[in-house]
Amino acid sequence: MSSIGTGYDLSVTTFSPDGRVFQIEYASKAVDNSGTVIGIKCKDGIVLGVEKLIASKMMLPGSNRRIHAVHRNSGMAVAGLAADGRQIVARTKAEAINYEKTYGEAIPVKELAERVASYVHLCTLYWWLRPFGCGVILGGYDRDGPQLYMVEPSGISHRYYGAAIGKGRQAAKTEIEKLNLAGMSCREGIVEVAKIIYSVHDEAKDKAFELEMSWVCDESNRLHQKVPEDLLNQAIMIAKAALEEMDAD
Amino acid sequence: MDLNLNAPHSMGTTIVGVTYDGGVVLGADSRTSTGMYVANRASDKITQLTDNVYLCRSGSAADSQVVSDYVRHFLHQQTIQQGQPATTKVAANLIRLLAYGNKNSLQTGMIVGGWDKYEGGKIYGVPLGGTIVEQPFAIGGSGSSYLYGFFDQAWRDGMTKDEAEKLVVKAVSLAIARDGASGGVVRTVIINSEGVTRNFYAGDTLPLWHEELEPQNSLLDILASAPAEPMRI
Repeated sequence: MSSIGTGYDLSVTTFSPDGRVFQIEYASKAVDNSGTVIGIKCKDGIVLGVEKLIASKMMLPGSNRRIHAVHRNSGMAVAGLAADGRQIVARTKAEAINYEKTYGEAIPVKELAERVASYVHLCTLYWWLRPFGCGVILGGYDRDGPQLYMVEPSGISHRYYGAAIGKGRQAAKTEIEKLNLAGMSCREGIVEVAKIIYSVHDEAKDKAFELEMSWVCDESNRLHQKVPEDLLNQAIMIAKAALEEMDAD
Repeated sequence: MDLNLNAPHSMGTTIVGVTYDGGVVLGADSRTSTGMYVANRASDKITQLTDNVYLCRSGSAADSQVVSDYVRHFLHQQTIQQGQPATTKVAANLIRLLAYGNKNSLQTGMIVGGWDKYEGGKIYGVPLGGTIVEQPFAIGGSGSSYLYGFFDQAWRDGMTKDEAEKLVVKAVSLAIARDGASGGVVRTVIINSEGVTRNFYAGDTLPLWHEELEPQNSLLDILASAPAEPMRI
C-alpha cells in the first residue's frame, strides 16, 4: 500500500490527504480473508449460509458458531473476526430486547439493522476504539415480510435481495445474481446456498470447512432456526454432486 | 353547600371504547369537576395522540394530560424514526410504561383506541395500576359502574359503524343519567381505514331515561313559564 510509512493509517480519527480512512479499509481486509458468508431473500423467507473454516481437526463439529440468533425472528451471520462478531451479536440482542420492552412489539428488521449499523459506525469515530474486524448479514422476518441486511465495518448498511461477504464473495455474488430469488422457496434456497458455498470453496488452497446454515421463513413459523439436519445433509449431497459434475465437464 | 374549589380537577367520567367491523368508536361525556363544582361542562376527554390513535382519559385531569403529552411526544419520535405511523399497540404500551412506572403517584385510567394497517381497529384499556388489556370494548370512569350490565347485554361482535356509535352514545347518556360526576354533552371519535370522524351530541338532544328531568337552558325559564305563586312553607 502506497501509504505505508506516511502515518495516515494508524488511527481511525485521521484522514489521509486523499480523503480515506485506512484503518477502516484494513478492517474490511480482515473480512475479505474470512470464510464466505451469504444470505438470500427467497419468496417466503431468508436463508443464511456460512463456509466455516475449521482451524483444527480436534475441534468438535458445531463449535464456534458463526450464525447467531439475535431475536425470535432474526439471525445474524458473521464474517471476519468471530470474537468481534460476538460483540455485535450481543449488542443486537440487547437492542431487540430494549425495543420490545419500550414499544410492546417485535423490532422491525430495518430498525434493528439501523441500530446495529450505528453501533458499528460508532467504533470508527474515536481514537481509543478499533473498528470491528467483521461484517454481518442480518436476516429477519417482521410484519412487512422477510428482509435481508448487510452491515460492513465502516458502519454502512444496505438492504439486499442477496448478499455475500468473505473470501469467495465475488464468485458467490455472480452465482446469486443467476438465481430467480423472487420465485424460489427457502427449501430450494437452501440447496442453492449450499451449492454456492461448495463451489466457491477452494479445496486445494483453503482449510477444511463446515457448512453452517439457518433460515427464517414460513416453514420455520417465521422463527430463526438452524436448517433441519436432514435438509442440510440433503443439500450438501446435492452440492457435492453438482461439484463433481462440474469437475467432470 | 360545601363547594371545595381547591380540590383537584377530576374527571368523574364516563368513557367508552368499542370495536366494530373495520374500526373503533370512542365516546366520552364532558364534565370536569372541582369537588362538587362543575369546572368545565364541555371538556374534551378524547385526546389525539397521533393521526390514527386517540385516548380517552379519566381520573385526575392533570395526571392524564401529562401522560398523554409524554406519549404523544414519544409517538411522534417513533413515527419519524420508522417513517410510518405508530400502531395502536405501541401507543398503548407507552401509556402502560408511564402508568405502571408511576403507579404510586398517578390517579388516572385510560382507554386507547386506534386503527393501523397491521392490526386494524384495536381498543386497549389501561386502568389504574398500569396493566394493558386488549378488549373488544372497554368502559371506564365513575360512570362505567352503571354500564357493565348494559354492555353485557347490548354489545355484539361484528357491529356496523353506525350501530357501534349508537351504542356508545346510548351508553354514555345512560351513565350521565345515573352518575352525578358525568354530564354535559357526548363526544365520539370514530377511527377506521378512511380516517377520523369526530361527532358531538348536545346535552339537550340526548335521550331521556327513567325519571330523568327535561333539560333546561336556564332556571329563569322555569320561573317564567310557571305562574307566579306564593311560596308555601
